[in-house]
Amino acid sequence: MRPFKFTNTSNASSAINLLIKNPNAKFLAGGTNLLDLMKEDVERPDELIDLGRLDLTAVRPLVTGNNVVGISIGGLGKNTDAANHPLIRKDYPLLTKAILAGASAQIRNMATNGGNLLQRTRCSYFYDIAMPCNKRLPGTGCSAMQGINRMHAIFGWSDSCIAVYPSDMAVALSALNASVKVMQPSGTARIIAIHDFHRLPGNHPEKDNNLDHGELITAIEIPKNKFAANSAYIKVRDRNSYAFALVSVAAGLELAGGKIISASIAMGGVAHKPWRATHAENILRGKMATVENFQMAADAEMEDARPLAHNKFKIGMGKKTIVYALEQAFKGTGYKA
Amino acid sequence: MITENISTPVISHKKKLSLTINGEVKTLEVKPWVSLLDCLREHLDLTGTKKGCDHGQCGACTVIVDGKRILSCLTLAVMKDGASITTIEGIGKDGELHPLQKAFIDHDAFQCGYCTPGQICSAIGMIAEGKAKTRTEVKELMSGNLCRCGANTNIIDAIMEVQEGLTNE
Repeated sequence: MRPFKFTNTSNASSAINLLIKNPNAKFLAGGTNLLDLMKEDVERPDELIDLGRLDLTAVRPLVTGNNVVGISIGGLGKNTDAANHPLIRKDYPLLTKAILAGASAQIRNMATNGGNLLQRTRCSYFYDIAMPCNKRLPGTGCSAMQGINRMHAIFGWSDSCIAVYPSDMAVALSALNASVKVMQPSGTARIIAIHDFHRLPGNHPEKDNNLDHGELITAIEIPKNKFAANSAYIKVRDRNSYAFALVSVAAGLELAGGKIISASIAMGGVAHKPWRATHAENILRGKMATVENFQMAADAEMEDARPLAHNKFKIGMGKKTIVYALEQAFKGTGYKA
Repeated sequence: MITENISTPVISHKKKLSLTINGEVKTLEVKPWVSLLDCLREHLDLTGTKKGCDHGQCGACTVIVDGKRILSCLTLAVMKDGASITTIEGIGKDGELHPLQKAFIDHDAFQCGYCTPGQICSAIGMIAEGKAKTRTEVKELMSGNLCRCGANTNIIDAIMEVQEGLTNE
C-alpha cells in the first residue's frame, strides 16, 4: 500500500472541510472495499479521513409533522445493524434480506450503509492494474469488452465500460424507492433519489455515482411502502454464499385479493447501477398475480437486454429469477402490521 | 502505452495508539497503512491470527473487536485506537481451552489448521450474535471462513455442539 496521511475527526463538517482541501483525499468508513483497492494499487489516495467516530449511525423513524413517513438509516451505521434492526426487520424485510445476501458476517460487521452504496465494481480488469480499463484510467480502453465478460452487464452498458455494480443492498433500496441524504460542503443537505444516485457508464465510467468531492452520505431514507407483506430478494451466484450476484432480483408486490395494485422490481448484477424493471412493473399493474403474468412481465423486461460474448445466460437466468422472486413475494413474508 | 499520474507520496508520521489486546493495554506506534492483522502479527508477536488472502475473501484473519467479529486484514490499526481486541491467544482461560477449541479437537475440525484461529474467533462472534439457530443458518453465517482442506462438515459439527450445549444450559 502506498503511504498516505491519516486524519480523524468526530465531526461531519470538519471531515468535509478536510476532504475538500485535498482533491486526492478520500473518506474512510468501513474500509472493506477501499483498503482492498489500495492494496491492489487501484485506489491511490494520499490522505484518508477516518469517519469511524462520526455519530451518524442511528436507525430511526422518518417523521414529518406527527406522521411516520418512512425510516432513516444512518450513513455510517454498520450493514449488520441495519439488517437486524427491529423496525427494518418488521417493515422493510426486503432490505434485511438483501443486506444479509451480501458479503460475509465479518464484512457486514465492518461495512457501513453509505460505504455499501459507494463500493466499486468487482470487474477483474478494473482490479488488474496491468490491463487497460476506462473506469480505472479513462481513455485506456475496456479490456472486458473483448475479454472474459461472463460477469458483466446486459443492460445500459456503453462502448467504454461493461462493468456491473455489485451491491445487494442498493438493489433493495431501488425497489423500495429510497433516497440518499448527503451533506454538502456548504453544510446544507441534498436528497438524491436512489435511481439518480448511481450512473450508467456512458463516456465517463470513472464516475460510479453523482456524488461530488466533499459530499458525505449522512443517511439513507426509505419511504413507507406496502411491500412488507409480499417481497423477496433472490440472488443467484456461483456458490451458495459469500459471492457476488450473477443476477439478483428484489421484488415487492402490493396486492388486493389476487390482484396486483403495484409491483416494484429491481435487478442486480446486470448493469452499472441497480436496474429498475419498469417494463415488468407496468405489465403487472392491475393484473392477477399468476405465474403466466409473472412470465409475461419477465419476458418483456429482458427483451431489451444486450448480452456480450460470455453472458447470454443472464437473459434466461434473469427471466427465471424475476418469476421466482415474484412467486416468493406472492407467497408472503409472514408480515403482521 | 499506459501513462499514469502517480501523486507524490505524503510523508506520514507514525501514529500513537492504545489497544486493549486480550485484556492487556498495549501502547504502540504504527504507520497509518499498517493493517490490524500486521500490527498483531509483526508488532505484537501475536501470530495466532493468520494471513490467508489479505483481501477479505478467506476469513483467516478474523478477530473480535469490541465484541464483533471482523477481518483484521481490511482494518487499519489506527482505525481501532482505544478498542478492545480478542485474538485466538486470548480465548482460553486459566490454562483451559475455550469450549470451541476443545470441540474443534474432538470433532477433528481441521487438517492443516491454518484457517482454525479465524474459524474459532468467527464462531465465537456468531454465537454471541445469536442469529443462527439451525445448522443451515450456522453454515450461512460461517460462510466468510473458508477451509481449503475441506473440514467444513466437522467445523460445523464442532460449532453446533458448543451452540447446542449453550442453548441446553
